[in-house]
Amino acid sequence: MSIDQTTAAPPDLDFTTPASRRLRQRRMLQDKLAAGGIAVGGVSVIIAVVMIFFYLLYEVAPLFESAKVEPWNVQGKPMVPYTQPGSSADTLYLAVEEQAEIGFRVSGDGQMTFFRAATGELVDQAQLSLPEGVEITSFALLSEASRIFAFGLSNGEIRVLKHSYTATYPNGVRVLTPVIEYPLGEAGIPVADGPIEKFTITNDGDRWGVVAASGGKLGFTRLAMTENLFTGETTVERSEKDLPPLGINPRKLLMTPDLAWLMASAADGKIAVVNLRGTPEITQLLDASEGQITTFRLLLGANSLLIGDDKGKLSQWFFVRSDAGAPELTHIRDFDHAGNAVVSLTTEQRRKGLVSVDQSGELSLYNSTARRTAFNESIFGGPVGQIALAPRSDALLVEQDGKLSFWHVENEHPEISWSVLWEKVWYEGYSEPAFIWQSSASNNDFEPKYSLMPLAFGTLKAAFYAMLLATPLAICGAIYTAYFMVPAMRRKVKPFIELMEALPTVILGFLAGLWLAPFMEANLAGIFTSLLVIPVAVVGFGFLWQNMPERIRFLLPEGWDAALLIPVVILATWFALGIAHPIENLLFAGDLRTWLTNEAGIPYDQRNALVVGIAMGFAVIPTIFSITEDAIFAVPKHLSYGSLALGATQWQTLIRVVLPTASPGIFSALMIGMGRAVGETMIVLMATGNTPIMDVNIFEGMRTLAANIAVEMPESEVGSTHFRILFLAAFVLFLFTFVVNTLAESIRQHLRKKYGSL
Amino acid sequence: MRISFSEWTKSGSPWVWLNAGAVAISIIMVVGLLGLIAVRGLGHFWPADVIQADYEENGKQHTIIGELVDREMVPAPQLRGAGIEVPEGVEAMARDLLKVGNRDFGSADFIWAMDHFITHIQRPAMLFAAERLEWGNFYGYLREVKEAGKSVGHYDGYDKTQEYLALWGEFQQRIDRVLDIREQILTIEKKEIGSINYEIERLRLKERRLDLDQSTDTDAYAKIDARRKELNADYEELQKRLGDLYQQINRDTFVAEIADGRKVELPVAKIVRAFLPNDMGIGAKIVHYADKVWEFLSDEPREANTEGGIFPAIFGTVMMVILMSVLVTPFGVVAAVYLREYAKQGFITRLIRIAVNNLAGVPSIVYGVFGLGFFVYFLGGHIDDLFFPEAKPSPTFGTGGLMWASITLALLTVPVVIVATEEGLARIPRAVREGSLALGATKFETLWKVVLPMASPAMMTGVILAIARAAGEVAPLMLVGVVKLAPSLPLDGNYPYLHLDQKFMHLGFHIYDVGFQSPNVEAARPLVYATALLLVIVIALLNFSAIAIRNHLREKYKALEM
Repeated sequence: MSIDQTTAAPPDLDFTTPASRRLRQRRMLQDKLAAGGIAVGGVSVIIAVVMIFFYLLYEVAPLFESAKVEPWNVQGKPMVPYTQPGSSADTLYLAVEEQAEIGFRVSGDGQMTFFRAATGELVDQAQLSLPEGVEITSFALLSEASRIFAFGLSNGEIRVLKHSYTATYPNGVRVLTPVIEYPLGEAGIPVADGPIEKFTITNDGDRWGVVAASGGKLGFTRLAMTENLFTGETTVERSEKDLPPLGINPRKLLMTPDLAWLMASAADGKIAVVNLRGTPEITQLLDASEGQITTFRLLLGANSLLIGDDKGKLSQWFFVRSDAGAPELTHIRDFDHAGNAVVSLTTEQRRKGLVSVDQSGELSLYNSTARRTAFNESIFGGPVGQIALAPRSDALLVEQDGKLSFWHVENEHPEISWSVLWEKVWYEGYSEPAFIWQSSASNNDFEPKYSLMPLAFGTLKAAFYAMLLATPLAICGAIYTAYFMVPAMRRKVKPFIELMEALPTVILGFLAGLWLAPFMEANLAGIFTSLLVIPVAVVGFGFLWQNMPERIRFLLPEGWDAALLIPVVILATWFALGIAHPIENLLFAGDLRTWLTNEAGIPYDQRNALVVGIAMGFAVIPTIFSITEDAIFAVPKHLSYGSLALGATQWQTLIRVVLPTASPGIFSALMIGMGRAVGETMIVLMATGNTPIMDVNIFEGMRTLAANIAVEMPESEVGSTHFRILFLAAFVLFLFTFVVNTLAESIRQHLRKKYGSL
Repeated sequence: MRISFSEWTKSGSPWVWLNAGAVAISIIMVVGLLGLIAVRGLGHFWPADVIQADYEENGKQHTIIGELVDREMVPAPQLRGAGIEVPEGVEAMARDLLKVGNRDFGSADFIWAMDHFITHIQRPAMLFAAERLEWGNFYGYLREVKEAGKSVGHYDGYDKTQEYLALWGEFQQRIDRVLDIREQILTIEKKEIGSINYEIERLRLKERRLDLDQSTDTDAYAKIDARRKELNADYEELQKRLGDLYQQINRDTFVAEIADGRKVELPVAKIVRAFLPNDMGIGAKIVHYADKVWEFLSDEPREANTEGGIFPAIFGTVMMVILMSVLVTPFGVVAAVYLREYAKQGFITRLIRIAVNNLAGVPSIVYGVFGLGFFVYFLGGHIDDLFFPEAKPSPTFGTGGLMWASITLALLTVPVVIVATEEGLARIPRAVREGSLALGATKFETLWKVVLPMASPAMMTGVILAIARAAGEVAPLMLVGVVKLAPSLPLDGNYPYLHLDQKFMHLGFHIYDVGFQSPNVEAARPLVYATALLLVIVIALLNFSAIAIRNHLREKYKALEM
């Protein structure tokens, strides 16, 4: 283009008119506003994205917070310990009701007092009415959660009582009215001939059991209540058994609710275990402590025994089947405890937790499953008497030197510790420590099992089998596409495979679960024969093609071999599936699948790791393929030309020159593929049975972290431990993929820089 | 030129062939997968022949009527294990899956039958198939049509005669009448009664609001009462009309003979469609096919989602994707513009760029967890406390819904838009920007008039890729608002028309739900294939259009890219 040489006179423009100045000001303002707006918008989008990380952390953090115990607030001020309401006799039992408003105290003279837990203000009082000359000789608590307790009397009878609370709403204000109930009737129940020195009571629905010691003899009384549906009358059926001498002098007795086991502790640290079924017999006599047993209680659910002694040891025991098959009371774990004698112990009513106070006044909050000490601080200054925990574990009532103090307890997630999540834990009823994920069950005294190991294992197992399929296919495919394929075909093949990345995984999962899984079960042998037949067929065809007359061979230009192989692979697959049945007949008694289960003893699930491997492998092939292909294609051509010019074959050039140069890129492709396989949800959700087992068997299923979230999140209670653990699982997934991807990304950038110089 | 095998191996050629094999396998897998979905998805709507045959098993013989759905080869040992006699030397035998329908008269609507036990296969022209509102398909011979209990025609043979055709015509006519009445009932129930209920609920909330504010405005209360009375009166009126219509729709019944020879009487009111599959010509079959496809696309699901259409799922997916793109486009573009044009380039921006890039690789379920915790429970809970205290304890925004699902997916896809837009911005030559600035334009004017139009192909690509990803994503949606059956569409005629708090249906979730949570998987499977096919087509179209738009716009600005 020639430049116009004619010069025009500058237009007569005046840039200083008020109008143009206004325009200029407006434009400047607009520019500033836009800059500000874009900066604010951009930064806030970035913050929003980064916030995901912090929000997950924020939801997870409370899991690892330790507990807090503070004096209860009364009108904004910490409460002042008050003289214990009721009589001055010894306290036998302290309790707090659900709302932590009303406290309850039973004293040695049979007086029962309800009072405001925070102030000590009297609410109601009752007295156990006894016949002339009869005295209270002993006391037993059935369990904290049942609110049932009983007095043993000097006439050989027991009285069973329960403290209850009814809520009414006059004028929209909640009013709690405490009442004393008699679950077995107001009259006494004879269980011994003489004064009851000590006894234990338990129940399971309508069956009640009492073991009472009187005059050095132990008697076991069973009561079965049946209510007549028509008349509403209750009939009590009772049976009695005498127990053999224990060989120890029992100080405290405990019985399991199934009326099968009696456990007695002696002062010298011995415990005796009695099997109450059939003819009662002593099955174990154990030295549970080197010192004296000071506390002896059952944990929530009455499966575990808690023993504290004056040497400061606090331990958990439960029945485990021995090698001979008989249940044996076994020492499970000790809780971390300073060496002072355990003087008071109470258990939580909704969780497997316990609270202890020792000689020095140190208060400890434990969780048995987690073996975690959520709180440990000396706040009482000396030994205390009875302690009581509110049902929601949010308040603690403590008796000390005739005074009561009331404490606010904040202990939201004691059941989580590193060992619960990642180590083997010995759960109640199991014969050995194990990794188990079982987050919920129907009953209240269930011990939640929150081991993330089976889920992490499942995640890696699924990813491993997926990579096993995807890695060779994607990388070999990418090598061929980038290095050998003619450009015309490459332009078609690459977008085609990349398009697969956009295929919704729900479709892959659905096909895997409903089509592939049954197909594979029916053609298991065919799948394995095709693994052998296809490579052989491909190589064999290659050799034949090479030896074809040139007339035929040159019909197809070089680089189109892959197109030729499509019919070959299809035929080979068809052939492999065809010969599978005869092979099965020959080697595997006709059916590989049944042979595996019956002969080889390998369990086979229809939806197994092999199905997931194929389906998820399919999902990650495009990712790995695309990045690997780019990496190989980006290797400068003059490197391979140089190698070829020096006489190396195509394959030698590829192996010795191209692949080493591209290897960081290939590595990053694998990492990104792995990240995708680890986080994939729908395929594993649909193509496995979602059972959280730890087994490398390719024919069994698994449950992954992601699928677990999808399954359990909608049903999880907001803010509960389970909810937060699912957040933790999400956080683990987030961190894992983020770290893997960042690593891959930085490797790729490094690679790019390196090629820039070549 | 002949070469020996060892020489050939030494050159490394087998490896090259194996690599080529990998490409071939990948392509076969992709094509095979798409083919499988297409064949199964499209085949479902074709009216299959209904066969009538004798079936003899363990010496007992009976007649079966049904559609042949599937056939598989079962190895002989497996059969012997199941107690079926297999002659020596036979390795495998065919087993047929038959859809025999009539779930209300037999035990299951699908049965597996050994192929060689089936004899005397015929395809009687007069055997009819009927789709019903409940109990699945019905197969049998039409015997009698009754109006209000009185017979209006009957026929007892099995041949195609004028008489039978007359009866068939009578039957069809009554089905058309029923369809017509059902349409009216639906209009009343869904639209009219639906909107009355909606308004009554709004009045209740208004009143509750007044209660909560401890309002003394008796006028307002009176107004609410008056309006409620009006609505209740309307409701009564509609109920009466409905009652009439129900009486009318239940007038006709028909008697049919089923496979075991029983004659059963059924109400015409439950029939959706009845046809003679063996008597249909190719033209009639095509019409039937088109009709079924249209029903699939435009109708609501029936029978626990195993029959009927998927319109609410399509609608829900589209609504969610539109809302998501409205959110993701401006935010993604602004963030990219800020990162590339305004922020100081340095270590921090590089870090952010890597982080944003990697967020695209974070598992989608993590976004779902975030959406549930932060949007639904945290934000939603607070919004309810502030703005909808009258609806408590039932949550308004404190539960999964359309809005939260869209926002969650917007967050999930925003990295895609940012990365694509940034790439587009980076590709624009410096000279273009400098030219604009040299002519006196401000930075914003340069951006708005020069840079952004040039980067628009990249932006469009990013948005379309984001949409494609969002349309196929299911895992996060399961946590933030997708349901298996939504009672109404999120967009309707009731104020405020667009219900952001409503739960919705989604194609991807529909596949998961119907395929895996359905009580009758066998019946649901073809529908799942069809749904999957639709989803694949939608996503493939979105991706292709991304590519096409990118190419088109690139062409347009090619002159600038020197």
